[in-house]
Formats: sequence, C-alpha cells, structure tokens
Amino acid sequence: MSDQEDVKGPGISRRSFLKISALTTSAPLVLGPTVLEVEGQEVHVYGPGKTPVTLNVNGRRLSANLEPRVTLLDALREKFEVTGPKRVCDRGLCGACTVMMDNKAVYACSVLAIDAQGKQIVTTDGLAPEGKLHPVSAAFVDNDAQQCGFCTPGFVMATKAFLDKHPNATKEDLHRGLGGNFCRCGTYAGIKGAVAQLSGGGQQKGGA
Amino acid sequence: MATDYKWPAADQRTVIGKRMNRVDGPVKSSGRAKYTYDLVRPNMLYAHGVKCPYAHAKVTKIDTSAAEKMPGVVAVLPINDVGKEIFWAGTDVVAVAAVDEPTARDAVRAIKVEYEQLPHLVLDEKEPDLSEAEKSEWYKVALKETSGDPTSAFQQSEVVHEGYYGTPVITHCCLETHGSISEWPDSDHLFVHISTQNVPGIAEQLGKAIDFPASNIHVHQDHVGGGFGSKLGLDPWGVASAQLSKKAGGKPVKMMLDRKPELETAGCRPSARARVKVGAKKDGTLLAWESYSWGTGGVGGGGSPPIPYVWKVPNQQKQHVNVVNNIGPSRAWRAPNHPQACVLTMCPLDDLAAKLNMDTFDFVKKNIDLLDPRSKIYSEELDVADKLMGWKARWHPRGDKTAGPVKQGLGLALHTWGGRGHNSNTDLTIHPDGSVEVKMGTQDIGTGTRTSILQVVSDTLGIPMDQINLLIGDNQYPRDSASGGSSTIGGVSSANFRAATDAKNQLFAKVAPALNAQPGDLEAADGRVRVASDHNRSLSWKEACAKLGATSITAHGTNPGEGDLTNSGVGGVQMADVSVDTETGIVKINKMVGVQDCGLVISPKQAESQVLGAMIMGISYSLYEEKVMDQTTGTMLNSNMDMYRLAGLGDVGELVVHLMSGPGYDERGVIGIGEPPTVSPGAAISNAVANAIGVRVPFLPLTPERVLEALEKAESEGAKA
Ligand code: FES
Ligand code: FES
Repeated sequence: MSDQEDVKGPGISRRSFLKISALTTSAPLVLGPTVLEVEGQEVHVYGPGKTPVTLNVNGRRLSANLEPRVTLLDALREKFEVTGPKRVCDRGLCGACTVMMDNKAVYACSVLAIDAQGKQIVTTDGLAPEGKLHPVSAAFVDNDAQQCGFCTPGFVMATKAFLDKHPNATKEDLHRGLGGNFCRCGTYAGIKGAVAQLSGGGQQKGGA
Repeated sequence: MATDYKWPAADQRTVIGKRMNRVDGPVKSSGRAKYTYDLVRPNMLYAHGVKCPYAHAKVTKIDTSAAEKMPGVVAVLPINDVGKEIFWAGTDVVAVAAVDEPTARDAVRAIKVEYEQLPHLVLDEKEPDLSEAEKSEWYKVALKETSGDPTSAFQQSEVVHEGYYGTPVITHCCLETHGSISEWPDSDHLFVHISTQNVPGIAEQLGKAIDFPASNIHVHQDHVGGGFGSKLGLDPWGVASAQLSKKAGGKPVKMMLDRKPELETAGCRPSARARVKVGAKKDGTLLAWESYSWGTGGVGGGGSPPIPYVWKVPNQQKQHVNVVNNIGPSRAWRAPNHPQACVLTMCPLDDLAAKLNMDTFDFVKKNIDLLDPRSKIYSEELDVADKLMGWKARWHPRGDKTAGPVKQGLGLALHTWGGRGHNSNTDLTIHPDGSVEVKMGTQDIGTGTRTSILQVVSDTLGIPMDQINLLIGDNQYPRDSASGGSSTIGGVSSANFRAATDAKNQLFAKVAPALNAQPGDLEAADGRVRVASDHNRSLSWKEACAKLGATSITAHGTNPGEGDLTNSGVGGVQMADVSVDTETGIVKINKMVGVQDCGLVISPKQAESQVLGAMIMGISYSLYEEKVMDQTTGTMLNSNMDMYRLAGLGDVGELVVHLMSGPGYDERGVIGIGEPPTVSPGAAISNAVANAIGVRVPFLPLTPERVLEALEKAESEGAKA
C-alpha cells in the first residue's frame, strides 16, 4: 500500500491524518474527547485516560468519567447500577446483556459506552415503572420462563425486540430470533410459552 | 394436645399442589432482582487474579512490584505463593484489588510469575491397564467387586453383547459466575455477599480458611444465578476477597470470575468410560454383567459411577479406575455420578435388547423385577410414557428403513435419586396485627423455594401467600442446609408445615374463648379463623390475631421432626424421539417425554419447570457439551460460550412432562426432584440415535463427527463381512 492510498475508514486518509490540527488539548486526569478536525470534519478522539460519558438510559441522563475501553454493559452495571443486563460471556455470545439501543436489540458487552452516547438505551429495568410489569416480563412470570433468572432480563429484551419487529412470528422465526440467548437452567419451554402467549398463540404449558 | 403432623388430604389442600406463579418471578423478569454480581457497594474495589497457565506446576518466583506501584491498585495478595504446587491451569496465583476493573486487569498483566513445570495429564481416553494402574500415580483403583457367579452366568447366557461407552467431562457453566463481595465493617466483623447454594455453610468454611470465628461472619445472598452443585463449597476466590478486603482496610472487594476461568476452574462433572459385557437368555432374561470402567474427576478423583445403574443384575463383576489428572476440580453436578452410570448401563442393555430382537420397552418389562424396590413405579411410569410418546405404536427395530438420509428413532432410559428433605429450621411469627413473618437461612437457587415455602404456610394458615413476609438468604436467620441433592423443598416444606401448624394451634388457643369453642374445634381457612362445624362463628384473620394482645407468636419448625413429611427414593422414565441426518451427522430432538415421581407435589408449576430444565440440560450435554483439553499445553481449548456450546431454544424439540401424583404417590411425603430427571437424557437420546441409524455412537456428546464416524465404521465392517 502506497503512502498516498487511503485506508478504509471514516474519511481519514493516512496522508491527511498528518495534517489534522488539534482544536482542544487535554486536562490531566479526566479528559474530554479531543476534537480533531480532519479534512474539515470534526472527529472525536477519546483517551487515553478517563473521559466524561453521558448516556441516555431508560429515559434518564447518566454521566460518569470512564475509560474509553469501558463497555456499555460495564458502564451500566458498575457506574450506574442498572443491573438488568448481566455479564455472562462478555463477548457477544450469550445474550444475557441484551438491551435495546434506538429500538434495536444489541449486546451491551459488545458496544463501547462512548459509542452509546446520544442513543436511547432501554434495559429490562426500564421497561415498566417500579411496581408494574411490562407484558413481556409478565408473560415470563405466567409461563414460569425462569428459574435462577440470570438469563431472564436478557431474554425479556430479546423477546421484546423480536416481537416488536415480528408480531406474527412463526416457530422457526422464534428459534432464530431468540437463538442468540442461552439459559443454563433450561427454561426454553416456558419461554416458548411466553412468546406464544404474547403473540396471541395461547399458552403452551402451565398457566396460573 | 399432641400434634399429628400430616400433609392435608388432597381435598383439604387449598394452595399446596396448586399451579402458582413463582413469587420471585416479577422481580427477576423485570431485571430488579439483585444477584451478587450486580451489587455495587460504596467504595467498592474490584479484584482479579493472575492465572497459572500450566496444568501442573510449582510457583518459583513472583514479582508484584510493578503492579504495586500502579495508581489505583489498593491491595496485592499472593494466593499460591512461591513453592506452592498448582494442579490445573487457570488457578489463581496472585490476586489484585483496585479502584476499578480496568485497573485491576492492568495490574494482573503487570505481575510476573515464574513456574517450574511438572508433568501433567489431562486426557482420559486411554484405557488404563489394570495391573499398571495399581502402581501408577495417574490411576487409582476405586472399585473391584464380584457378586453372584458371573462366569457361569455368561456361560448360561444365550446372547452376549460387548461394547464400549463413554461420557465426557462437562462443566457447570453457571451463568452467574462464581464470586463474592467481602467487607470488614470493623476488624471483628466480616460481611460477605456471595453467589452460593450454601448460605448456611459458608461462614464456617470461610472462618476455617482465614482463622476467624464463623459467628462473626455475616453471609447474605438474595438471588443466585445458577449453581448446579458447583456452588456448594467455598472457593479460593471467596477466601481471597475476604483477605484482600482486610488488606484494603475493610473496603468491599468484589471478586467475580470471568467466563474463561469459570469454565476452566469452577467445577466439572467427571467423565466415565467403560467396556461392558452383558448376557441374557433368548427370552430376554438378564443374567450377567461385567464392566471395566474409568473416568477422570481431576486430582481429587471422581467417585465411581454406580453401575449397573438401577438394575439388580444377579451376577456381576466390575472394576473401576479413577484417572487422577489435571483437568480442574470435579464437583457435584446435578445428580453426581448418575448420568454417567445411566449411559454406561442403559446403552449396553439397549444394545443387548437389539441383539435379542426385542423392543427395549419389552426388555425392561421382562426384567422389571430387577428394578427392585421401584419395579412397580417404573412399570407404571413406562406405561404413562408409552402413551405420551406413542412408543408402542411407533417403535421400529434398529435402523430406520425408510428412504432418505434423515432417520428417525426412539430411545428410553430409567433413573433414580434419593431426595429426602435436609435439615431445616424456620421461625414463623404471627403478629397481633395479622402479619406473618417466616425467617430461614435457606436460599432459592431457582427451584422455586420461596414459592413452595409460601404455598405451605398459606395453605396451613388459610391466608393468601402475599400476606406472608418471607425472609431467606442470610445466615443470621435460623440455620438451614445447602441446596444440594434435591433436598431443599422436602426440608423447608416440612419445617414450615410444622411451624405453621404449631403457630396456628397457639393462635387457636387464644381465639377459642372469643368464639365460644375449644381450640381443637377451630380451623383457619379463607382468611378467617372459624369453628369447623359452624362457619358462622368466625373471626377475620386480623381480628383473630388481635386476640394475641401485645404478644406475637413465634413457632420454631424443624426437619426432621415429628411425622413423615418427607421421603426419599424416586424413579423416573424418559423417552426421546430423534432425527439423525446421516449425511451431515446432525442429531435433532423431535420430542422428549419425562415421567417422574416425587411424592407429594407442593408447587406443580415449579416442579414441572425443574423437570423440563433437567431434560433441557440433558439434551445439552447429550448433543454439545464437552470440556476439550489439550494434552500438550494442559489447558482447556473451549473455555468460552461459542465453543462450549449450550443447547439453545431451537435445539430442544417438544417437551412433555408428567408428574406421578395422587394416591400411591402423595402419601410418601415431599421428595426432591431437581436431580433425577437430569439423569436419563444421555442414555435415552443415545439409544434413540442407535434406533434411528442402526449403530451405536459410543460417546457423548453425539456430535456430527461422532455420528458420521460410527456410520463409517459400521459401513466398513459391513463391507468386510
Ligand atoms: S454478556 Fe454480552 S452477549 Fe454474553
Ligand atoms: S433461568 Fe437460570 S440461566 Fe436461565
């Protein structure tokens, strides 16, 4: 690759990278993002060190100073004590940390907190006001779709995102749509029942 | 009045045996339940460990200087100091507590440890030579036993089958990893939040480990994200967090495992392999058993699978060798030893039946007397399972002869477990304002313990479940036992039934004069205390409790105690219907039927969930789970959740559960149900695969490679013949 060739990226070429000018400089302990101008466009560069991060979580604005490497999951759990999303595999494999970001289900362990800024984040904790149950959560309770319950908040979010998008889902759709979430206790029969109840298919098993 | 503690007859039960929602369901499904992993304590530090990369090594040098100088690092603690021997990869050598997790991880990376590597063994495939085994450090002869006269029984056998079978080492993979948060409010008190299935036992174990009085250790846990046997005992990390906190001036230290060490070091179910020979008469009468088995349970050994499992084969000869290796700690894993034993028994017997040209169902019925003392239960269960699966109508001899690459087959297996209620204590208080409080040191690991307790108390006092305040999960409440061995529901139900009965009787004594009756004439039902023979003479529960004046009633209930409220010994039958794609080797579960007895069922909805969960776990270990070890490096190759795969929603097929209850079952009292249904799936699914494709896939999990390998082997043998 020649020096002149552009690298794939958001409009930054290696050549032009040399010409960027720093608009702000760092403070010693907590750094705001350094704003660089790259070919006339502003680019935010975070770190090294802690940087202020503001997230919109369940309708609340939450701010903290975080290292840029902190994931959305860890920021939610450890800084803001929003612990519905669980840390299980921590690498996008199990679904326990599922949250909705701008109405899409994402694995919170696989998004950096700094990248979640400016987005609407909803976790299971925020689905319904305290003391009330969201219909998806309620269907999980009715169908006993939980044992230890550790996978449940992630499953509830995945189910909500899935049904929002596919209100008339078939069984095969369901297997795919919720196939990214795992439960160790073995509550899939209950979860299928909950989805059937929510999508109007009636309960598969149980029922109080 | 002497109290006769007896579960109410079926027509007297109001809440016991009813399908109630899980009481902690809402808090869990709304994400508000706080598990140990979720807690953030003020000024909390985060701890991580430096992991030994070798399966067997001695620590020769530790240099923590760089870590100690890092800003944000508060305490550094050697766990396995210089000179210590390490027995498996992933073992913590040094732990670090820092102001946040990124700093703790950086500090871990900055610590330099040197090791002297020692020889290791992590595999168990090789059949140990018995005479060598007696001398080798890697093998321990665990069992040598002969009963009856196997030699002449094999001579009398008209059909003999010999085979080789096995199950791998699997890991618990609790979704909430192991770990705890420890803090010292002052130097005389230690407060621990811990992810455990043994709230009552942790303080003593921890006290012993750090030489500190157990009575000064407060242990608390609201919810636990799975245990399955791996969270019965205290871990080195639990000890380390307490010591780190002490070093850090008492600040809370949270030390939770990452997924990789969780899979490597937090517990496993031992493997089991065996050469088995079985013999029968032409009519199917089972005569003789011979087995040579081995398996690994790590350095501690793994016990020996009780084979022949469930069957009292009259003539037996068996030997078992423990492979002592460096694979990680074996720990109780839902029905320890039974799933392996079931595979090693039910698979060879299924092969024998095939050789006899018999339906396995008929073979079992033919030998039903050998299933003593549960012959009758198994026989009834087989009939129920037959109906639910349509076994008799659909069974075909080995090898689905229909056209096409996808073959279908049926398999069955039997299992057993004890499940008697454990030692349990409860304090039940009725307050003059009508409120009721139950306190006990037990925990709810997902069984539905809270729900069962409330169903029993509600049924006995005649008040709604939500009127009872239940406090559990703390070692300052009356001492209970660990949740293990399916002993919890029997234990807590019995203790609470006795306490509620006693409290009720004390209340009746206070209330009787107001109703112009004798205490023995009263009953508590529908939220009222009333004269049993004249419901017009009654007080609301609140009015009745007001008669207590200023004094609450506290009744202590205990198990064991008067009356046979819990029992042990259950039987279960499972059937599997599978499809096998003979081109890809992929096994698909179409349907599974689980028929289970468990005595009196307190919470049918939760009990069914237990059985369903166990069957799903069974599907998971039958098709996917295996701890894959690399002999060269001594490490686990699949210590993450993409390579250590659990069954997902689309993998389980249709699941049908039937609980045996009612007359003949209920009178036995409450018996635990967690373990037994975990046992049969391995053998039932393996047998179904053999029925489908006509050949045995000898090892679990039944991966595509193993299925294809078995098919190829059969083909080449067929070509030779
Ligand atoms: S923790 Fe995020 S997917 Fe597993
Ligand atoms: S309920 Fe325990 S992991 Fe799903």
